[in-house]
Amino acid sequence: MGFLSRVQLDLSALVAEVAGPERGGVASFVGLVRDHHGGRKVSALAYSAYEPMAEAICAEIIAEAASRWPVRVALRHRLGELTIGEAAVAVAAAGNHRDEAFAACRYVIEELKRRVPIWKRETYEDGTVEWVDPSNSGVGVGDPGIGSAP
Amino acid sequence: MAAPLPPVIRVQLFARYAELLGGQFVDVPADGVRTVGDVLARLRELPGGAGIGASTLVAVNLRQARLDVPVSSADEVAVLPPLAGG
Repeated sequence: MGFLSRVQLDLSALVAEVAGPERGGVASFVGLVRDHHGGRKVSALAYSAYEPMAEAICAEIIAEAASRWPVRVALRHRLGELTIGEAAVAVAAAGNHRDEAFAACRYVIEELKRRVPIWKRETYEDGTVEWVDPSNSGVGVGDPGIGSAP
Repeated sequence: MAAPLPPVIRVQLFARYAELLGGQFVDVPADGVRTVGDVLARLRELPGGAGIGASTLVAVNLRQARLDVPVSSADEVAVLPPLAGG
């Protein structure tokens, strides 16, 4: 237990958690709070979760990563109110070499987004509030760059 | 002595669904409710319940459960709006 955090995330602590003398590669991912979504300016954001299930699924995803690659993985996701630029999620994966570290890190963040019951409520500069639903747009109007080559 | 209350299935609601249905929990009368699909059908009949979308996930005892999974008043049932972690 302990993948959900109400305090600021510390990537270096996660790296220290997974590091070891035989593990020569650490890959990490940090997701930060963006100041825009769907063409609107985001002014505040809050995460909430179905906590017992979120903890259980995070543990399951990490166990899956460790069974697929020879890695150790650390993961934290923030809950509560966050400000723009703050870290919302952090993953560190350590392996003997970089290939398994990158692969495991990618696996964990993708599976987290797909399976862990966490929700995001965004407040926009115009005062409106919305629960983010990635299944209906998420990336959409006014979010250029996604899916279009530069 | 009061008559025993009829059994209910306590359903936990989160995020947008808690707002739509006006609370973190809804007690669904267990009578006639056998599966996850039955629970969703009852919730959709409630005020605000029409907003519970087709792609809604349901968890039974912390595991995602398909519509045909049986439920009883002993289970922890949660209805999950589209996930948005990360």
